[in-house]
Amino acid sequence: MADHGHEHLSETELRVRALESLLVEKGLVDPATLDALIQTYETRIGPRNGARVVARAWLEPDYRDWLLSDASAAIADMGYAGRQGESMYVVENTPVVHNLVVCTLCSCYPWPVLGLPPVWYKSAPYRSRAVIDPRGVLREFGTAVGDEVEVRVWDSTAELRHLVLPERPGGTAGMDLESLAGLVTRNAMIGVEKVAGPREGGRGA
Amino acid sequence: MNGAHDMGGMQGFGPVVAEADEPVFHAEWERRMFALQIATGALGRWNIDMGRAVRENQSPARYLASSYYEIWLYGVSTLLLQAGIVTPGELASGVAERPAEPALRERRLPPERVAPALARGDKFRMEEGKPARFAVGDAVRVLNRHPEGHTRAPRYVRGHVGTVLRDHGLFVFADASARGEKIGRHCYGIGFLARDLWGDEAPVRDRVFVDLWDDHLEPA
Repeated sequence: MADHGHEHLSETELRVRALESLLVEKGLVDPATLDALIQTYETRIGPRNGARVVARAWLEPDYRDWLLSDASAAIADMGYAGRQGESMYVVENTPVVHNLVVCTLCSCYPWPVLGLPPVWYKSAPYRSRAVIDPRGVLREFGTAVGDEVEVRVWDSTAELRHLVLPERPGGTAGMDLESLAGLVTRNAMIGVEKVAGPREGGRGA
Repeated sequence: MNGAHDMGGMQGFGPVVAEADEPVFHAEWERRMFALQIATGALGRWNIDMGRAVRENQSPARYLASSYYEIWLYGVSTLLLQAGIVTPGELASGVAERPAEPALRERRLPPERVAPALARGDKFRMEEGKPARFAVGDAVRVLNRHPEGHTRAPRYVRGHVGTVLRDHGLFVFADASARGEKIGRHCYGIGFLARDLWGDEAPVRDRVFVDLWDDHLEPA
């Protein structure tokens, strides 16, 4: 990261620098700890974890049932658990139900399976509208949901963290777990998009 | 509190703008701020709900004009000041006027404990607490209360009737936890018809689910 000197830094950048150096000098924060925290969420914990959970649920009916009845245990079985995912709750999309997750009060999000939330998830437009106009929000993501479908919005107001189990797209017969996981997007696991099949330009195509 | 953070149902913010191939952080200071929040939380002088209460308890104009990690900077700075760990002068200068207490320094999170601490997470479930007043299928009304402190009952459901979908069990009651009081209360998934919340123009089948604690509810 280039350092062009203080004159080019914003007041916020200067205040964060001052805060870190103050806490390091006081012996309360180790800069190597900050590096480890950042690296964890930039490289190790992210939506690839959740995608593997989804793919396994598509492949193994027993795992799907376990995921829907005791999500925390089923997800921990894949090795994903801990901070901001202590109590998981998984909801399943079907041809007649479409689920969407929001945190209207702030930014609650299932870190162990999705990593840190994108800016739009934490933004005022999404937090305000997901509960009052979910179909409008879905349209903005290019997601068509018919009138016959029930839209269920999950507002993460307590310590439960929600993950959407999207519908498995067509054209995926015979694909293995890693190939299927490659199709599953973060946005599909929040519920603002559907998973596209390999012939529709899905991520694994 | 009825702050700017309680956004459910507000209008006028415009469309949701999603960035393609968004990075986890957008600037180095965001990385440092994210990590500082977790590292200072590990000192054990406040809980996650006290942190939320501080971030919410600011002028709505300021809250709405701040970016996400600017709100975290405000929150951590305020918590450190309130706990007497830093002074305003130290925050401004970045230079320590006096050392931290030895007991607090001993709580510093070392790099080798980052992975175990994240894997362990927080303990929100409680072994003991008030017995559940409601069961799955019960009709409940969210109390029309407007506390000045932290609450997890958003404005848009207060006074509305919903149905208990699921009893999640005993959890730390966040509203009390923000005051430093650790009590166990049943937390429930409550389903509301979109029409009950937003009127007749809402699609007839759509529902909104909100997780609420026993103390937020009354029989309907």
